Amino acid sequence: MSAMLALYVREVRLAVRVGGGALMGVLFFLIVVSVIPFAVGPDLNLLSRLGPAVLWIGALLATLLGLDRLFEADRDDGALDLIAGSGQPLELVALVKALAHWTATGLPLVLAAPLFSLFLAMTPETIGSTMLTLLVGTPALTFLGSIGAGLTVSLRRGGLLVPILILPFCIPVLIFGVSASTAVQFDPAAFHTPFYLLCAVSLVAAVTGPIAAAAALRGGLD
Amino acid sequence: MPPRPEPDPVTGPAPRFRPLPPVRLVVDDLVVERGGRRVLDGVGLTLGPGEALLLTGPNGVGKSTLIRALFGLVRPEAGRIRLEGPDVEEPDEVAPRCHYLGHRDALKTALTVAENLAFWRRFLGDPGLEVDAALDRVGLLDLSDLPAAYLSAGQRRRLAIARLIAVRRPIWLLDEPTAALDAASEATLLALMAAHLAAGGSLLAATHLALPLSGARRLALTPADVDAGFDPDQPEIPPAAPARVPRP
Repeated sequence: MSAMLALYVREVRLAVRVGGGALMGVLFFLIVVSVIPFAVGPDLNLLSRLGPAVLWIGALLATLLGLDRLFEADRDDGALDLIAGSGQPLELVALVKALAHWTATGLPLVLAAPLFSLFLAMTPETIGSTMLTLLVGTPALTFLGSIGAGLTVSLRRGGLLVPILILPFCIPVLIFGVSASTAVQFDPAAFHTPFYLLCAVSLVAAVTGPIAAAAALRGGLD
Repeated sequence: MPPRPEPDPVTGPAPRFRPLPPVRLVVDDLVVERGGRRVLDGVGLTLGPGEALLLTGPNGVGKSTLIRALFGLVRPEAGRIRLEGPDVEEPDEVAPRCHYLGHRDALKTALTVAENLAFWRRFLGDPGLEVDAALDRVGLLDLSDLPAAYLSAGQRRRLAIARLIAVRRPIWLLDEPTAALDAASEATLLALMAAHLAAGGSLLAATHLALPLSGARRLALTPADVDAGFDPDQPEIPPAAPARVPRP
């Protein structure tokens, strides 16, 4: 366990240091969200109706932005060889790395969402529900993305391949996340069903993601 | 697992390490293919406690491949790599008992020298020397708060070597360990290797330099026939001499 804690601390530290992806994700999120009102125009009703969807798409893209480096950086400097030979289960390594990645890039998105939602004229209850769905849903994006990162680890310049591979699998997360966020505006009761489905998707991704990523890593090491 | 005692304080200039559990590495008829080409064909070797084996041969003959195969990073087509020893429970789990020092130093440039070493010491388990003591051994103690990005190639290599003594492993697999090292660092590395052997460890080093390690055997890989050939001047390898596998 101490080994996994050491790995977690190292990953978070790397993400917040120079060259890490933590700040980049939030900045990208900010840019995406702040560009939308210019495209949509000054119709406040339209903006507030689009708000949750815009935040979710921004979070989706920002999460996938740095995910291709999840294993590739360790492969490039030889650390992945040592990790694979350490006797620690690769599934656990993939889980811890994904959790650390979410802590450094996903969690700041959730915390920044209320601030950015002001650009989109969202109502307080929609802001709350969007933040909640982002909190539950962004880990699913990271876990799904870790599969893509594992698959492309042996490819040089496989960076853009990860979003292409993973985005289709993120569609359920997007559907349930946005529909739970927007449902609050019309009928609070309609929030529960998509929200619980979103929770389920997250939990399934948390189990299958690390297993699939570890299998992909084993294949890619050779 | 029994509780492990604290590492000895380093006494005097010559390093001395706590005794390591006796582990013997046995390789039978190893066949490895890379990209459809047979790189290693029927390599056999044994490496017992206190033994050193220097792997020599021209570029591209498969030295690195053999080391990567021993560490489990390359899947062999045939043959078996296993451990023998009184406390070996999983004979096929070779890599967790080995140190692998490859061409890449496994350093994160954004972390400091001490953070890099401390991570591997905690992650790999079975800690040996304290971080500061290990850095002192390789002459990097003054730089311990410096981000690894500012290290020279030789200093990066020394930091990677510090990993060997900060974590205890009975078998060291070293791929060109002296690359980028100056003469003084090379002498330090030799002293560490000798201390490791004295503590009952073993090491296998691929090198083009004649490392002056007393009692080291030599395994010469030859490109013409990929069978492992032995230098006749060197002591003969005990039982598991290289069995020859006919080429297809």
